[in-house]
Amino acid sequence: MTTSAISLAQAIAARTTTAAAATDAALSAITERDGELHAFLHVDADAAREAASAIDARLAAGETVGPLAGVPVAIKDNLVMTGVPTTCGSKILEGWRPPYTATVVERLIDAGAIPIGKTNLDEFAMGSSTENSAFGPSLNPIDPTKVPGGSSGGSAVAVAAGYVPVSLGSDTGGSIRQPAAFCGLVGYKPTYGHISRYGLVAFSSSLDQVGPFTTTVADAALVSEVIGGHDHRDSTSIDAPAPGLLEACGRGVAGLRIGLCSDLLDGADAAIVDRVRAAAAALEAAGATVVDLAIPELRLGLSAYYLLAPAEASSNLARYDGVRFGLREERDDVAAMNVATRTAGFGPEVKRRIMLGTYALSAGYYDAYYGQAQKTRRLITNALDAAYQGVDLLLGATTPTTAFGFGDKVADPLSMYLSDLFTIPSNLAGHPAMSVPFGADSAGLPIGVQLLAPGRRDDLLFAAGAVLESEVSA
Amino acid sequence: MSAWETIIGLEVHCELKTATKLFCGCPNMFGDEPNTNCCPVCLGLPGSLPVLNKGAVELAIRIGLALNCTVAPSTFHRKNYFYPDMPKDYQISQYDQPLNAGGWIDLPDGSRVGITRAHMEEDTGKSTHLGGTGRIHGADSSLIDYNRSGVPLVEIVSEPDMRSGVQARAYVAELRAILVAVGATDGRMEEGSMRVDANVSVRKPGDPFGTRCEIKNLNSLRSLQRAIEYETARQIDLIEAGERVVQETRHFDEQTGRTGTMRSKEEATDYRYFPEPDLVPLNPSVAWVDEIRSNLAPLPKARREHLLAAVGEVTPALVDLVATVVDRDLDTLVRAAIDAGAPAQLAIARAANELDADGALPSPASFAGTCQLEASGRLSATQAKQVLSELLSDPHGDPAAIADRLGFVAMDDGALDAVLEAAIADHASEWQRYCDGDDKLAQFFVGKVMAATKGKANGKAVIAAIAARRP
Repeated sequence: MTTSAISLAQAIAARTTTAAAATDAALSAITERDGELHAFLHVDADAAREAASAIDARLAAGETVGPLAGVPVAIKDNLVMTGVPTTCGSKILEGWRPPYTATVVERLIDAGAIPIGKTNLDEFAMGSSTENSAFGPSLNPIDPTKVPGGSSGGSAVAVAAGYVPVSLGSDTGGSIRQPAAFCGLVGYKPTYGHISRYGLVAFSSSLDQVGPFTTTVADAALVSEVIGGHDHRDSTSIDAPAPGLLEACGRGVAGLRIGLCSDLLDGADAAIVDRVRAAAAALEAAGATVVDLAIPELRLGLSAYYLLAPAEASSNLARYDGVRFGLREERDDVAAMNVATRTAGFGPEVKRRIMLGTYALSAGYYDAYYGQAQKTRRLITNALDAAYQGVDLLLGATTPTTAFGFGDKVADPLSMYLSDLFTIPSNLAGHPAMSVPFGADSAGLPIGVQLLAPGRRDDLLFAAGAVLESEVSA
Repeated sequence: MSAWETIIGLEVHCELKTATKLFCGCPNMFGDEPNTNCCPVCLGLPGSLPVLNKGAVELAIRIGLALNCTVAPSTFHRKNYFYPDMPKDYQISQYDQPLNAGGWIDLPDGSRVGITRAHMEEDTGKSTHLGGTGRIHGADSSLIDYNRSGVPLVEIVSEPDMRSGVQARAYVAELRAILVAVGATDGRMEEGSMRVDANVSVRKPGDPFGTRCEIKNLNSLRSLQRAIEYETARQIDLIEAGERVVQETRHFDEQTGRTGTMRSKEEATDYRYFPEPDLVPLNPSVAWVDEIRSNLAPLPKARREHLLAAVGEVTPALVDLVATVVDRDLDTLVRAAIDAGAPAQLAIARAANELDADGALPSPASFAGTCQLEASGRLSATQAKQVLSELLSDPHGDPAAIADRLGFVAMDDGALDAVLEAAIADHASEWQRYCDGDDKLAQFFVGKVMAATKGKANGKAVIAAIAARRP
């Protein structure tokens, strides 16, 4: 399926095709290929067909339907849906069926979208390849010997393999943008607070944001407008209108100042550096001014992130204790049951981060680790704010490399963590960022360029992203 | 043996009387069917998020203002520890930036106890351990009711300013009265609406503080006082025997009246506090705090002073009666009755001893009328109490008419003389002893007259008549 969500929704609304046909196409593509690619952990074909028929019936009755009516979508398996298994890629949640639905999923359904199933991820969104999923990795459809990236790898695969035009992921340190880059998709992480986290199983609450994978910038804009906006169930949700994203897609970049940031580029593969420079040239040709700049503070992001995110995770993941839901390893007393359950239920990377985070928050170490990391976070935010005094947007690479092979980085967690080097600063600052596909390396593996904007100027990403997209398709 | 001084600081957890829980819309209701007032948020289900209840914040600010605290911009923190009745395995609480800090309470005895802080936090669920001792260790199984999970609490931490179990008890009684007066809680200690932890240490006056022990979960004023007194004696005995007090958490056994070890300092949890990322800072506006302040109900101390101001001579007994009247929320009625002409001391005494704010009450005018009839001698004390009791089912009744209906006719002096004469004739030897100077026997003859008149005689008139007949 190469049709965009927007054209598919238009065709369904115009009744040149049906929601049922679109859903069947998605389901048969999954049947055909997902045994190999493993994008999905759970596919609910019956529910999807039923929802599609309901949309078709409403259209036949002349009812008004939402902007995504009949569009099949895939949902990362850390977003809850009533009655649908949610595992977070972990054995500890196996069998849990949540009694409620995430705000973003609710809004997709209200807009007429058809949830097809739940996609694979690194356990609790901790990882950059889906190799940390307790249920096995997903494969990159461009080259199945390569990882699709992570943690939202399954959602990236679901779109890149052409099953669905849209999927939702979550981005804590790059978990949407990095797999989007590896799979040749548009991946967008909004301003913190722009899209509700209610129903997103928390990894690191102050960094997590939900966002879409799409094949076009305009699709990302539409989906984000559908799922975005204030939610009273999320206290960190911004209670103010967001700038129009769809409208921004046609705005162009004339007059914009764009900073080509060496600290979001140096150390990346030569092919990636070339493509980022080509993107800068394309933006300049479209009327933007590109300036070179350095923000050395961004280099501190990785170490701050790998203290803050595990610290919050150590607390967020405490509730998986065998008492109320999910796995329970029976023992004679409750403390032994807690330990046995968590020992059996969590994989090695989750355990590593829980230990790291517990240590960073411990009495006597808090100031040196967590406290220092918070100061670094503030430093990075201030440095970005200062840079935005001179430019409207920043441009850099999304990832230091293109998609790597299975097992390449598993033995060395630090080299895996380095995959997030360029994406982490936006999470720390709460700023929006987008990865736009912009060519490929000599092996044909996709390359993503990254656009970064100041908080609540998500519209600028869409203006520039659409320009880059038109350059690629031209 | 030179005197020891007990040093006491208290932590009081107060459940707020909100309609809904602190971070979700579930009803805040005691005594419902277990696990019926729960949702993804208060069950800590994955993906759920807390949203702060503004009504709970208002009650917490009322508490802060009533305790003379500074209300300041504050933040929430996570207090991390594993316990099965705490769904998220962390408690959302406040840490280094509490909502209220730096206040005090003046106790009825004139002493002042400093308030370190009064911060907001969520309650846990309630565990019931079956088998064994009723505690989690050694239990066969445990049941958990999450209805209480997420109920709003304010924890009020005092300075170590108290010096006896009696004073600690008075502090909690006064604190409770304040919390009830501002509408923050129903103050029902037996239902767990207020739970007290006591930090107790001993020292020789002038020495630095000794090692303290914390006694957890004292759920009545009586237990609080007993536990502190037992713990004081235990610590003094240890030190005088040449041993040391070990810092630890202890529990109080109601049956034996003793405290016992729960966990030692070495077993204390590292709570790994850090700022709660799911909530934004709580910055109550000055205008809102001022509005809450201006709507704050009068506090018990002011109400006691107001009532005492209506009385001429203040005696210790009267101070106690006034405290009872205010404690039972009867001061508004008493003040209205005084305004309607009731003698102040009599109205206070009758309200303290005969009325109960939880039941029906007479109207101020009828209450005042009854007091006036008694003061004038038209009704005896016994008769007046009976009229008050009738007024409970007929609040606006006319006391004089009720007295007539009950056949309460003031005795004239002639009738009283006849009854007294008969009593003297029947008890000649007692009368002789009274005449010889045994004053106690006056009360004997009052009793005889009252019995013969079925309480209709006016006690004061009887005493006067007896005294007048004494040669």
